[in-house]
Amino acid sequence: METFYSILPELIRIVICAACGAIIVFGNALVMGYAERKLAGHIMLRPGPMEVGFHGILQLVVDGLKLMGKQLVVPAQADKPLFMIAPLLAFAPVFVPLLVLPFSEKIQGFDLDVGLLLILAFASLNVLAILIGGWGSNNKYSLFGAFRSVAQNVAYEIPMLISLLAIVFMTNTFSLRDIAAAQSPVWFVVLQPLAFLIYIVAMVAETNRAPFDLPEAESELTAGFHTEYSGMSFSLFVLGEYANMFIVCSIATVFFLGGSSGIPLPYFEYSGAIWFLAKVYALMFFLVWIRWTYPRTRFDQLMNFCWKYLIPFSLVNLLITVVMVKLI
Amino acid sequence: MNVEVLEDERHHRFVLNMGPQHPSTHGVLRVLLELEGEYAMSLLPVLGYGHRCHEKIAEFKPAKSFMPNTARMDYLGALIYNHGYAQLLEKATGVEAPRRAEYIRVITSELNRIQSHLLWYGAYLLDLGAFTPIMYAFDDREEILDILEDITGSRLTYCYYRVGGVCKDIDDKFVTRTRAFIDRLRGRFPMYDELVNGNVILQKRLINVGDLTPQTCYRYGITGPLLRGTGVAYDLRRAEPYSVYPEFDFEVPTETSGDCMASFKVRFREMEQSLRIIEQALDKLPEGPVMAAKVPKKLKIPAGDYNSSVEAPRGELSYYLVADGSDVPYRLKVRTPSFSNLSVVPEMCEGMLLSDVVSAMGSLDLVIPEIDR
Repeated sequence: METFYSILPELIRIVICAACGAIIVFGNALVMGYAERKLAGHIMLRPGPMEVGFHGILQLVVDGLKLMGKQLVVPAQADKPLFMIAPLLAFAPVFVPLLVLPFSEKIQGFDLDVGLLLILAFASLNVLAILIGGWGSNNKYSLFGAFRSVAQNVAYEIPMLISLLAIVFMTNTFSLRDIAAAQSPVWFVVLQPLAFLIYIVAMVAETNRAPFDLPEAESELTAGFHTEYSGMSFSLFVLGEYANMFIVCSIATVFFLGGSSGIPLPYFEYSGAIWFLAKVYALMFFLVWIRWTYPRTRFDQLMNFCWKYLIPFSLVNLLITVVMVKLI
Repeated sequence: MNVEVLEDERHHRFVLNMGPQHPSTHGVLRVLLELEGEYAMSLLPVLGYGHRCHEKIAEFKPAKSFMPNTARMDYLGALIYNHGYAQLLEKATGVEAPRRAEYIRVITSELNRIQSHLLWYGAYLLDLGAFTPIMYAFDDREEILDILEDITGSRLTYCYYRVGGVCKDIDDKFVTRTRAFIDRLRGRFPMYDELVNGNVILQKRLINVGDLTPQTCYRYGITGPLLRGTGVAYDLRRAEPYSVYPEFDFEVPTETSGDCMASFKVRFREMEQSLRIIEQALDKLPEGPVMAAKVPKKLKIPAGDYNSSVEAPRGELSYYLVADGSDVPYRLKVRTPSFSNLSVVPEMCEGMLLSDVVSAMGSLDLVIPEIDR
């Protein structure tokens, strides 16, 4: 009993964190789903959803209900266990990175010493989900999407990691809270502009968004890895994608844009989360904006860009950072 | 030994059916791809999903009533298909359309051409993964459709021309709206140039992709913007002038590189030239009737062979008519540009990446109902 009472606060904390994570994932998908459709609409000279609720504000709720009501079609030739497990695998890991994100000085699930490693480890599970989904669908287009996704995500994880490592060398810690706190006078985007640019490019590629949306390039591969998915299994992929967008933008905020720092508000230890979310959604807006503006790159160009430019530049950046850290 | 190696190589290959329901084949075209990794080692276009026997239908009804069918072959260049056919019957029977009718034909045909190019522009960029330009292109195109709807009564499959003229005169509203449209589209070109045509990703996707040489074009009978993209200034409006085109001052835009970017630019500049033609035609528009005075109800075609060619948005369109003296054609052969243009695909796209196959095929500006007549 003694031990139970001693771990009880921690248990409650876990439950609360998990619940908050779920709220963030679903809330973010609702907000971003609506925002993306509205923004895309206005970029395209059309109003976007207008029918359900005021300016279509309930559209995503209705869509969600519709998707839940739909039949889960498993193709006859598909590998059923793999086909069913892939959407879960795309969706489930997104909760873990949310636990270590410092939304403000006091709002954080757990402050781990290895926060960054945890995030990167779980974020890369997404590739596995896409590969399994593409393979399990037993569809040629899905398979192509899966192959592309693996090559792309594995390649772009490297410059992403290296550009973040430069910051880790500067701050001597993997803890996200300490990294955010280390930017009190100047944000790292000023000190590490190259790393920021590389991260932004890698971030777009990691989340498989246009102009790097080759795994689902619909004019070539119909719908890429999720060609065969319908109903909830499809929407789990979409939820996972939006959650991943949120996570990579949060990392960018923590590492480059000063986390929750900003103009002081009352109860700033908590209300800093407003600044944090504002920065995250500004980055997400950027993602949406470029998606609806640029044409898609070709696959070999995308890989060349990574191996020939991003990785060397990020290595050079890392080297310069290390030398500077040593000298100062 | 060699055979074994080949057999072994073929085991790595992967057959992919692109179409008949695929977003970038724009219709019921099927392309049988043999892929090695992402490289297309061989391509075979499979046709016939949308065949409606138009040429056979022509042999069963009076030549005059075939006009609506011409619009359904190429639904994007319907008026130009009307034009070719009206011209064919006029040649065969000696009926002459009044000058005002010819001017109206030129104006509406050129509007039709711009409309076709705008649709291609949007759809092509959609193939390349840019979602937004199609909405802007359609916004402009909508204006043309509205203008033409007012005067012809339909929006896509027009049947506006008749043997000996056009069925309805244009009004002042048409003229003012068309002039307003010319200004509007001219104002939009700089925006398209800045936002899309200068984009690095787009240039990387188009330059040196799908290279054609004039010789390849001659072998396959490729015409239109693709041929002009290789540097050959062959445009029927200039090469074999028909209607009142000789009276207008316009250029035949050409590029020399022969890749997808070349035909992209050629089509773009053609829209500007079409605007010029329309502007001049509106300025010079003569007064008078729009139908020839005496067109017999039953149009008897004297026995013989007749040919009429016009420049369609995708290339050279020819009608070849064999008549036996009755009012029903003995045989009507239509030579449509996309059919010839498509035949180059196996050669042009061999060894290309899948993404490049999409951009190369998009640059052909295929309209499938015109291939499958």
